[in-house]
Amino acid sequence: MSSSTATQPYVPKTRVGKVTDYVDSRVGGSTIVKEFGRKIFPDHWTFMFGEVALYTFVILLLSGTFLTFFYDPSMAETTYEGSYLPLRGVEMSVAYASSLDISFDIRGGLFMRQVHHWSALLFVAAVAVHMLRVFFTGAFRKPREFNWVIGCTLLILSLAAGFTGYSLPDDLLSGNGLRIIDGVMKAIPVVGTYLSFFLFGGEFPGTAIIGRLYVLHILLVPAVILLMIGLHLFLVVLHKHSQFPGPGRTNTNVVGYPVGPVYAAKAGGFFFIVFGILAAIAAAFTINPIWNYGPYDPSPVSAGTQPDWYIGWVDGALRLMPGTIGNFDFEFMIPFPWGTNALPLNVLIPALVPAIILFTLMFAWPWIEAWVTKDTREHHLLNRPRNAPTRTAIGVAGVTFYCVMWAAASSDLIATHFMVSLNDVTYWLRVLVILGPILAFMVSRRISLALQRKDREVALHGRETGRIVRLPHGEFIEVHEPVDDYKLYTLTSFESPLPELPTPGRNGKVSRLDKVHGRVSRFFFEDRVAPVTPKELAASHGDHHEEVAGAKDREAISSR
Amino acid sequence: MADSSHGTPGTTVAVGSTGRQLDEFDNPGLPPHRPRLADRDPRAEKRAERQVALLFAISVVGTLLFFVGYFFIPLDQTIERLRLQNLMLGLGTAFAMLGIGVGIVHWAKTLMPDHEVTEDRHDIRPESDRQDAEKIVNDILDESGIKRRPLIRNTLLGAALLAPLPAIAIFRDLGPLPGNALKETMWDAGVRLTRDPSGTPIRAADVTIGSAFHVIPEGLNEAEHKLEEKAKAVVLLMRLDPNELNPSPGREDWAYDGIVAYSKICTHVGCPVALYEQQTHHLLCPCHQSTFDVEHEARVIFGPAARPLPQLPIEVDDEGYLVASSDFQEPVGPSFWERG
Repeated sequence: MSSSTATQPYVPKTRVGKVTDYVDSRVGGSTIVKEFGRKIFPDHWTFMFGEVALYTFVILLLSGTFLTFFYDPSMAETTYEGSYLPLRGVEMSVAYASSLDISFDIRGGLFMRQVHHWSALLFVAAVAVHMLRVFFTGAFRKPREFNWVIGCTLLILSLAAGFTGYSLPDDLLSGNGLRIIDGVMKAIPVVGTYLSFFLFGGEFPGTAIIGRLYVLHILLVPAVILLMIGLHLFLVVLHKHSQFPGPGRTNTNVVGYPVGPVYAAKAGGFFFIVFGILAAIAAAFTINPIWNYGPYDPSPVSAGTQPDWYIGWVDGALRLMPGTIGNFDFEFMIPFPWGTNALPLNVLIPALVPAIILFTLMFAWPWIEAWVTKDTREHHLLNRPRNAPTRTAIGVAGVTFYCVMWAAASSDLIATHFMVSLNDVTYWLRVLVILGPILAFMVSRRISLALQRKDREVALHGRETGRIVRLPHGEFIEVHEPVDDYKLYTLTSFESPLPELPTPGRNGKVSRLDKVHGRVSRFFFEDRVAPVTPKELAASHGDHHEEVAGAKDREAISSR
Repeated sequence: MADSSHGTPGTTVAVGSTGRQLDEFDNPGLPPHRPRLADRDPRAEKRAERQVALLFAISVVGTLLFFVGYFFIPLDQTIERLRLQNLMLGLGTAFAMLGIGVGIVHWAKTLMPDHEVTEDRHDIRPESDRQDAEKIVNDILDESGIKRRPLIRNTLLGAALLAPLPAIAIFRDLGPLPGNALKETMWDAGVRLTRDPSGTPIRAADVTIGSAFHVIPEGLNEAEHKLEEKAKAVVLLMRLDPNELNPSPGREDWAYDGIVAYSKICTHVGCPVALYEQQTHHLLCPCHQSTFDVEHEARVIFGPAARPLPQLPIEVDDEGYLVASSDFQEPVGPSFWERG
């Protein structure tokens, strides 16, 4: 088709060829296929979490679009006349009535609602687990720092998407959730009351909030998520995927399967698997039965209610914070010349401080760690979590902090389920939210180091075969089988940085920052297990007899 | 990673910070490919092919199941029928999707080549590109003249800083200013206490010791902003033995013969404090478990709330019905800056 420039114009012969050529010569498909058709993607089961996040988002878009065709985000009062008999004749908002209609009068509507809700829960979970994978394997290191930040932003956006959607049915449960948001917002100094009035269009609950959340939920938040996903994937292609260390894998290559056909088939097939599993869950497990809750009314509330899981940690923090300790009152009354102003720290501290701590550390972590290691190299090989013991321990501490708060959101259910005092559950969790992360840090660092020692042991002395041999003089030994070169390389090819001591600068003095850095570096790397070296392995072969396996046993035993 | 030749050339490495081993194992390269069953045995290959086809066939069955559920299970206003239809639609979709998905993955894992391939990584930013880009940027800046003409630059900066302000200001009408709204409720002297939600007035004689009522002000159900008023005005009414109450000076006449009324809106973040423990005379907020002691003017005895629930002063009118003797003496609900 582009005969004017080509010396020998290509003339397609088949019909398919003609169509392909028509498109190709206009969009440059050949170049794209050449670039991506055989691009290599490393394979590991932990790389699937990001895929799950992407696929659940696609499913959210599909099921959500269906729901928008029937949902009406109006807070106007109406009387329910639909199919669900217990609520017939009850006054409610149009939004709640249309949610009931989707559930009871639109065929497949309940299924779509359940697919949408379950996908939302899985979406946030997949994003979170994907981030944990990236964190614990060190995939955020240079050159991927910005992509980590985009990922953090996506996590916040996924929470925003979840929360704005949660309130849309305008049922009693989500209404009480909004009421809590309103209460937290009002606690913000100076501007809190105004923020609340602007968000709700006046006094809580008003008649504006559902429509506003709807626009955020179906337009603004998903649009920004899409944009961020685009950037995220663009950078993944630009950087090429990271890979776990192992035989044949280096920092300058990518080992895996080509996009066409294997990777495309596996990843494409996985979309259908994720969809299928979500459909099965939505078929069998009821989620958010809004007809049981009734329309929003500021007076009733049901006991034992739970927010969606991803909001649980903030709700739990709100529960854990004591309003007063002894005579110390966390609600401050600050006298000003114009009068007294209230600063309810009993609300502000739990609502903001844990989130600020976690998100600040999360966003800044690539740079914090780069400052500690003073490492400016590119890293395309991942760490096995055990080989970065301090980072792993800090991650586990963060997860523990989060999980204790999350558990606190179910403190009443824990109390009723295990028949213990609600107050005691809260007291224990208050202790755990402080002590838990510290203990988790110490324990998980020890476990990492122990696993490294086990790796060393295996590399040096081989695998325990479980075969016990009795030597002529009566001693019993277990036969160890040496690991092969590939396994040996996997076990030994990691870095174990040494702590960096502060060194005097140009003026011969050690700056304060250097001292701090030296201390942090020691904290990170003082306890370390060095990888086995060939020399050590040779030495261990010299004075051991156990590593010999199979037919060499007899020889080894008799040579003793 | 342990091989020093794998670092990016030209980057600096802090000495001593990496613990790099001088003595390390050579990378043995990719392990030899191990053929799968289907690679060696044509019968296994044929079997895998049939399995994939069977999985795709299961998908077809799933799609049909969906249509059976959609068209042949009419909804009849019972929740059982709805559940059955939901189950059919869901399982149909699940089989339709899983059949395709598992089929494709099985195909890829058993029949497509499983040789791992190695590809080189490229520099993210080759030095030659950096130099070219630097020159281009400099040319652009130069041609635009923005460096040479500070007047243009500074006025543009000023204009660009101010221009977004209207975009913020235009949101001013999202809501009215708070004014006194949070400090006033529907309660006033003489307003009857009525049952929630029916709105029937409560006679003091009907309130037996140990009982509790959910209360709204008379006329709330007809109010223009019903939900907003209700969100502030809901009250819990309880009768205790008058000797068990410990009113502070000035509040002795806020109760009527052991009947006390407290705001139902939690002073923590505003949930309804809906649970009354009859034996202990404690009020419990089910959201965050703040617990209030009715015997001591609803002071906080547990949980995250820091302030007692505001008490509504009540008395009895000529006909024996409970009425408020005034509005709350302090704002109800969660704290806010202007609360003072």
